[in-house]
Amino acid sequence: MNSEVTQASNFVQGVDTAFIIILAICFIFLIGLTAVMLYFIYKYNKKKNPKPTQIEGSTKLEIIWTIIPFLLTMLMFYYGWAGWKPMHKPPKDAMEVTVYGRMWNFSFEYDNGRRSDTLFLPKDKPVKLNLVAMDVLHSLYIPAFRVKQDMVPGKKDNFMWFEPQKEGTYELFCAEYCGLQHSYMYTYVEVMKDSAFQAWIADTTSVAASVAAVESPAATGKRIMQNIGCFACHTIDGTRLVGPSFKGIWGETQTVVTGRDKREVTVDEEYIKRSIFDPNADIADGYQKGLMLTYEGQLSDDDVNNIIEYLKTLK
Amino acid sequence: MQTTAVNGANYLTYQGKYKGLLGWILSTDHKRIGLLYLYSIATMFTTGVLLGLAMKFELLAPGKTIMEAQTYNSVFTVHGVIMIFMVVVPGLPAVFGNLMLPIMIGARDVAFPKLNLLSWWLYVAGVFLVLAALLFGKGSPDTGWTFYAPYSFKTGTNMLPAIFGAFVLGFSSILTGLNFLVTIHRLRCKGMKWMKLPLFVWTLYGTAWIQLLATPVVGITLVLVALERVFGVGIFDPALGGDPILYQHLFWIYSHPAVYIMILPAMGAISEIIPTFAQKHIFGYKALIASTMAIAFVGYLVWGHHMFTAGMSGTAQYYFSLLTFIVAIPSAIKVFNWISTLYKGSINVQTPFYWAVSFIFVFMIGGLSGLVLGALATDVHVHDTAFVVAHFHYIVFGGTGFAFFAAIHYWFPKIFGRMYDKAWANTGWLVFFVGFLALYTPMFYLGMMGMPRRYYDYLEEFHGGNILSTFGSWVLVTGFIIIVVNLVRSARKGAPAEANPWHGRTLEWTVPSPPPVLNFDEEPVLGEKDGPYNYE
Repeated sequence: MNSEVTQASNFVQGVDTAFIIILAICFIFLIGLTAVMLYFIYKYNKKKNPKPTQIEGSTKLEIIWTIIPFLLTMLMFYYGWAGWKPMHKPPKDAMEVTVYGRMWNFSFEYDNGRRSDTLFLPKDKPVKLNLVAMDVLHSLYIPAFRVKQDMVPGKKDNFMWFEPQKEGTYELFCAEYCGLQHSYMYTYVEVMKDSAFQAWIADTTSVAASVAAVESPAATGKRIMQNIGCFACHTIDGTRLVGPSFKGIWGETQTVVTGRDKREVTVDEEYIKRSIFDPNADIADGYQKGLMLTYEGQLSDDDVNNIIEYLKTLK
Repeated sequence: MQTTAVNGANYLTYQGKYKGLLGWILSTDHKRIGLLYLYSIATMFTTGVLLGLAMKFELLAPGKTIMEAQTYNSVFTVHGVIMIFMVVVPGLPAVFGNLMLPIMIGARDVAFPKLNLLSWWLYVAGVFLVLAALLFGKGSPDTGWTFYAPYSFKTGTNMLPAIFGAFVLGFSSILTGLNFLVTIHRLRCKGMKWMKLPLFVWTLYGTAWIQLLATPVVGITLVLVALERVFGVGIFDPALGGDPILYQHLFWIYSHPAVYIMILPAMGAISEIIPTFAQKHIFGYKALIASTMAIAFVGYLVWGHHMFTAGMSGTAQYYFSLLTFIVAIPSAIKVFNWISTLYKGSINVQTPFYWAVSFIFVFMIGGLSGLVLGALATDVHVHDTAFVVAHFHYIVFGGTGFAFFAAIHYWFPKIFGRMYDKAWANTGWLVFFVGFLALYTPMFYLGMMGMPRRYYDYLEEFHGGNILSTFGSWVLVTGFIIIVVNLVRSARKGAPAEANPWHGRTLEWTVPSPPPVLNFDEEPVLGEKDGPYNYE
């Protein structure tokens, strides 16, 4: 490799070295053994060799073909380990980005509050992604960077890191099966010059807020709900999924289970906020506890107000 | 057709207390039970193949081809559940173990014939329970056969019955394992010393230990899931304070040794077929036994390699990777010994031999690609991609599946007393083999390029590989149809078979085809010079 970096991230070289060594050993064995096998079948065919020679084995050969594969596997283990080891030691000065994964999208939040659904990154700066899974398992996978890490709900210290080394646009997939739209849970990584990145990140308007200027509050609410995945569990047409439908819910009287007691509540602003931020406090009668996690820290007051405006329209 | 003294009938025509179908489903004869398993497993396998065919058709082009995403997700879940729990796990032990094990060791039946029948009934009960859990309730599950928490807890409520069904299937597996263990320890005929056991019997022995010791983990998982679902104790679900990674550990503590339940008897069948068709003593008999037991033992300790990106501690990943490489060595030793057996043999190339040789080839690809997944750095890239799907289909379909076809073509004349059409059988093999390579090889490439698995839809860059793969699935199914039609037709109309058409040396070839009800008129005695592979 010359000094000009042509690889997408700092891990590509270590991983690809392991690939090349392992695949080379694999191909040598596969081709060699297949060739020997076919040669034996040809050479010792019944027609050519009507009388077999009985050989029961050879201790010497058994020892040889135990030791050689052992040494080779240890070699492959070493390269696998060497390419993987740095993936778990992020540099202290790494830029931190929080990644939220939910059914079925990724969103990225930067230190200054800037949010995005595309991962914008400056070139040649180590970045540490703090992974937050909001509902089920997801896995953040950037093939070009050779990195992948599962996002586990409730797990502390769930992170990955890398250093992008080449400008460009790269695919970012969810690799852990997460339900209906799993194959649509992908986005892009945009690696840019540091100056361009600084200009981008300085604009701290959130995704939702920037849309609000041109859309009604109800339309914004709907968009937010789509983005954060509400409709995975709640419908707007009265169909029952694992969560109650939103159809006609505003102003209705709802029977809920609070702790062990049943009570009646009116669906108002207070109830909706509690359902979003403390979803297991009141469970709609007939539904399971524990399926929904809090959206605390995910939604602003404005976001919730927009959601309420949208729910009011679902007559 | 040859017959024997007992009622003048063989096990197929013998009439006992019950007539017709009852005479089969209530029979405690190990050979009849083996056939019951063959028919049940063949039915489930065909169902699984059709689901797989539908999946491949959907992936022919990006976007919707024939089904919605929800349907696709259910189809791959049901495909996996059927193929793993109902086909490849019981697979060779239940079918060929039951049919051949007692005869191979010179016994009249297994140690506990009634328990053996109970195993089959439990299998059937488990199949119905799981299928009911899949078909009723809030639609078919869409969780993948792994039922990973917490998604599996959020979608529908059929988790508990499905795991209960898996537990019943597991219990059937435990009883079969126990039965075989006792049979091998207690019922060997005179002169059948441990070092004279056929290698197929040795692999059944190793498998039986795994069945006995690993399967109860399914029961433990079931109890924990029930505690969580019924009493709300947070064990796996983070919303209740549980840990989803714990579920993965428990799942793989059973399901990884289960991979060795699938592959060990397959290796055993190949170890019978290769020497028979080379007319030569197996090379390295003791090394093959040692490698079987080594795989059975080390196979317990490698489950963590399914979880390299899940978030285990670095130390755990290091050890699991190291042990995974260690478990590769005994498999390599087996391949070396099989190939060496051919050296200076007198090779009679027949259908079972084609299957056995192609088994070695696809098993090598499956095993070698496993090295890519066992190494940490490379696994991070290809984990949860099409590469993994290609790898395990090369092992469980290429390995276990090809060995199953090898075994059925090898023992068919013994089981049914008739020979199949060899030309059609060879044609079926060739078409199947070509289809298999075209179906799964492109997935290695797709995975390396970064296409995640369980994707209903994909980006345009993955289109080419998927077209070839779908095309391969059609070729494979064509081969499968040829094979099945030939075998079904020949079981009834084939030419009567001799007692020993392949000139084998194991005991099943000394009894008539099909075998008499009690296998042997007189208990066989092995002399000092007799052995399973003594062709002198």
